[in-house]
Amino acid sequence: MLVLENLSKTFNPGTPNENQVFNGLSLKVEDGDFITVIGSNGAGKSTLLNAIAGVFPIDGGKIYLDGSDITGLPEYKRAAFIGRVFQDPMLGTSPSMTIEENLSLAFSRAENISLRWGLNAEKRKLFSKYLSTIPLGLENRLNTKVKLLSGGQRQALTLIMATMKKPRLLLLDEHTASLDPKTATLVNELTEEIIKREKITTIMVTHNLEHAIKMGNRLIMMHKGRIVLDIMGEEKASLTIPLLLSKFEQLQGEKFVEDRVMLA
Amino acid sequence: MWQNMLLKSVEQGLVFGIMALGVYITFKILNFADLSVDGSFPLGAAVAASLIVGGHSPFTATLAAILAGALAGYITGFLNTAGKISDLLAGILTMTSLYSINLRIMGKPNIPLLNQPTVFSIIQGDIKKIFPGFPTQYTYLILFIIIVIIVKTLLDAFLKTQLGLALRATGDNPQMIRSQGVNTDMTKIIGLSFSNALISLAGALVAQYQGFADVGMGIGTIIAGLASVIIGDALVGEKSIFIATLGVLFGSFLYRFSISLVLSFRLAQASDLKLLTALVVILALTAPRFKKSLNRKRSNIYAGS
Repeated sequence: MLVLENLSKTFNPGTPNENQVFNGLSLKVEDGDFITVIGSNGAGKSTLLNAIAGVFPIDGGKIYLDGSDITGLPEYKRAAFIGRVFQDPMLGTSPSMTIEENLSLAFSRAENISLRWGLNAEKRKLFSKYLSTIPLGLENRLNTKVKLLSGGQRQALTLIMATMKKPRLLLLDEHTASLDPKTATLVNELTEEIIKREKITTIMVTHNLEHAIKMGNRLIMMHKGRIVLDIMGEEKASLTIPLLLSKFEQLQGEKFVEDRVMLA
Repeated sequence: MWQNMLLKSVEQGLVFGIMALGVYITFKILNFADLSVDGSFPLGAAVAASLIVGGHSPFTATLAAILAGALAGYITGFLNTAGKISDLLAGILTMTSLYSINLRIMGKPNIPLLNQPTVFSIIQGDIKKIFPGFPTQYTYLILFIIIVIIVKTLLDAFLKTQLGLALRATGDNPQMIRSQGVNTDMTKIIGLSFSNALISLAGALVAQYQGFADVGMGIGTIIAGLASVIIGDALVGEKSIFIATLGVLFGSFLYRFSISLVLSFRLAQASDLKLLTALVVILALTAPRFKKSLNRKRSNIYAGS
């Protein structure tokens, strides 16, 4: 269970670019929750994920994972129990290394890395078994450098790397936003399949309202650093896009604005 | 003359190749512009020469040089990661401090090693006891080949270990490797220590090969190392780690060979070498752009006709 208590974060404090993203944000994520997060421009969706992952220190508040306080833990230590996939397909993999070398790094995540070989026959076999679960033909290209892969292939690979060692928490930051619609669908299907199979607690930021409604068991809408809607269970299952938008307008008295939002 | 020139170029290419492999670790693997090199190379020479003159075994002296180099790399890494000093400046600070430290270690600007035992003279003596007909003119060549094979094999193997993979990912995509739970500060420091240990080893061997250690012998080392790395990359490529490190060694040989070629034809005098080296590096770095604009011009001509 992940608990966020009273998080606050201001970027560039004391400068003309000062930007208060949250001031007292709290959220409780139950084990097995698959939360989709939507929100208008600058709502703080990505900042929320980055704060949980420890990319930057937060100014105030506490973050607990399974009861232990991880607020002060550096990013690389939180990686032991948090898997991440980024919006930019370039960010999740090491381009000049091969597929199998990338997988090897993910395979030894959260372990003490040592001078043992990064790869051996046993690992290679395991990796090609993992890759054969996605219909991209990567299982026969273990020795290919990742920079030669397409964006979709890289995102699928990053997703496998993030979930290979089952994380306590999976953070997806618009991970299909920069893919073409067909590949995005493929990666989304793969995402749902892995999350369901491994029962991974997940927070997924998306700007695609349809995905947000269709995927997961709980939907959160953020606006100006606050959680304005938190819909789960039956209500979530019967949600539609017009219903969601009207709920937002009722609450905020303004229209939902997001440059890149996809209504269908 | 030609044979002798070739022999000397191969010898120098090999021994300076160890230094170039160190530069390869920082510049290519870690993507860290480490300028400590100009200080850690003479550091190795200073430590080895001082200890040899002080009556210590040349083997102990060489080992001490390796450790001193690793420490120098550690300091650059510490300044960069804990002190948040940029990579260039951290290297320059270490390099500048090392100039004074090297003088302290040596006690004077130059230590001659004539009539002193070296790792080469000791091994040569031992071999001659077993094979009296051993061709002594090839002692350096054979020993350098053996040492370089050992260093290259160790480096290639290291880069395939879990730690080695983490190091490569640190230079390639630090965000990714952090999200896989690796402390990039630690991998940087390890890489810099390893790199500078190799560079100091090269310094210690060069001092024993040339017969002296000099406080000024480090000037331009980084440029020579870069030239080797770039030439190797351009001519041999980097299909795999094995090929890439082989390319660095080949680049080192080619660099030394072209220098002796220039000198033997009296196209330049020895004091012009640093300038020539800098020109080679500039040429190698800008050549890809020239090639592009040249191709563009050519295709324009074709389009016009």
